[in-house]
Amino acid sequence: MIVQNRMAICSTRQIADNIIEMVLTGNLVNEIVSPGQFVHIRVTDTFEPLLRRPISIASFDKEKEQMTLIFRAEGRGTQLLAAKQIGAEVDALGPLGNGFSAANSVAGETALLIGGGIGVPPLYQLSKELTAKGVHCVHILGFQSATAVFYEEEFTALGETRIVTADGSAGERGFVTDSLARNPVDFKTYYTCGPTPMLHAVQQAFHDKQGFLSFEQRMGCGIGACFACVCETQNGQDLPYVKVCSDGPVFPAGVVAL
Amino acid sequence: MNRLAVELPGLSLKNPIMPASGCFGFGKEYGNLYDLSQLGAIMIKATTLETRFGNPTPRVAETAAGMLNAIGLQNPGLERVLAEELTRLANHDVPIIANVAGSETEDYVQVAEAISKAPNVKALELNISCPNVKCGGIAFGTDPKLAAELTSAVKQVSSVPVYVKLSPNVSDITVIAKAVEAAGADGITMINTLVGMRLDRKTGKPVIANGTGGLSGPAVKPVAIRMVYEVSKAVNIPIIGMGGVTDAGDVIDFLSAGASAVAVGTANFVNPFVCPEIIHALPALLDELGLENITDLIGRSHAV
Repeated sequence: MIVQNRMAICSTRQIADNIIEMVLTGNLVNEIVSPGQFVHIRVTDTFEPLLRRPISIASFDKEKEQMTLIFRAEGRGTQLLAAKQIGAEVDALGPLGNGFSAANSVAGETALLIGGGIGVPPLYQLSKELTAKGVHCVHILGFQSATAVFYEEEFTALGETRIVTADGSAGERGFVTDSLARNPVDFKTYYTCGPTPMLHAVQQAFHDKQGFLSFEQRMGCGIGACFACVCETQNGQDLPYVKVCSDGPVFPAGVVAL
Repeated sequence: MNRLAVELPGLSLKNPIMPASGCFGFGKEYGNLYDLSQLGAIMIKATTLETRFGNPTPRVAETAAGMLNAIGLQNPGLERVLAEELTRLANHDVPIIANVAGSETEDYVQVAEAISKAPNVKALELNISCPNVKCGGIAFGTDPKLAAELTSAVKQVSSVPVYVKLSPNVSDITVIAKAVEAAGADGITMINTLVGMRLDRKTGKPVIANGTGGLSGPAVKPVAIRMVYEVSKAVNIPIIGMGGVTDAGDVIDFLSAGASAVAVGTANFVNPFVCPEIIHALPALLDELGLENITDLIGRSHAV
């Protein structure tokens, strides 16, 4: 169920260039059903900025009623959120959308998790759930440069992790797909989240594999009512469009036209 | 006696609050969050004869205390709105105001005739003011003669009262208001969005794929209040006012300006519970003002 919850900030810290990790507590956490769901955050009680900010859930702990958000403090809204201190309350609407399902991989299989930049966070909870059930996870995480890298240790603790940077200042140089072309991984299913060009390249590279892609789009309401975040579907789908916020943000490969 | 009740052509409203068309879909999503029968009415998303996909993305851009949108009347088309959306909404005890859109008179008329026969549709809102489509929409709403002709054509086929939604993108909105009143409109809804544009600082190009978009949110409220004030003096048919309403205080302002009921648009995106919250807050505001009924507020600004 979607709830509106004033959540308290338990901790907040910068973990890379402009990247904030914020832990929030509140009963909204009890409603989360899958990794890759997101919350819609109102960063101020004033009209400036007016709209909520969609931020994906990086991980959650229902026993502690805590969830971790990782976001880039880039625009006015996320900068205001980043400036909030421990103990402050944040107006969160969620959980929203349909996330990744760990049920798409079974114990003993290998899953390939490919993240790009601020698309990396939701893969963390997914990897925790997959590895917990005995799926072998390989993580390919792409960033702009060394100072943008985060959660390398956290992912490494769960399985093989490759860091790829556009400028080569950390890990391998290039894009995630370059790394995978150089050193292929034998896997059953891929899960990916990141910028649209990366999703496109990944889907093309693994067109014969089962895959799940998480999309990003400018949103209004976040619940499926305003039709701001629609994407065209590929030919052959029942609907000419899907809504990223409420039909997604995660779609099986081949659904959204890339 | 219900202090919040308002009677309008075709509409017995238990309170004067309704979500504005385009900001509430067909009620399904908000119906998962609260009981829709609390609402005075629901203005459903514009319905066209055929399925419309709408405009390319990005379709929205935030602005100072507001937002631009250019959705482009995306909707599943008349047949599915009747079969699926209105049938589902019939499970709630709430009158529906069906927003009717089209490209030319003939498709407006076809949609109006069919949708006005749905048992829960108690009024039509004739959309002659959408700024985001190439044909129809605002072309009808900025020319008094065209607006009157369309209103008259739709009135002839509609089984329920017809409200006409006016565009603020005109030099004198009272001219259009008087024209549609003379053509038989039962009421006016106003205002639709103001045409605006936001540029990307890096590229210098418009952020919204459509180039222009409709401005809404708190930023437009003073314009809306001024126009409701002007139109309510110029016509004798009731007005459903809208434009930047975010709380019960704003509702007081619109009623005082001359509206008889108030629609809430963009605020639903900021706070999905805003409509029931406003409804619950209204009685205390009436008490503060020493007024018994919400209707006592209507047109206070015109009192001599």
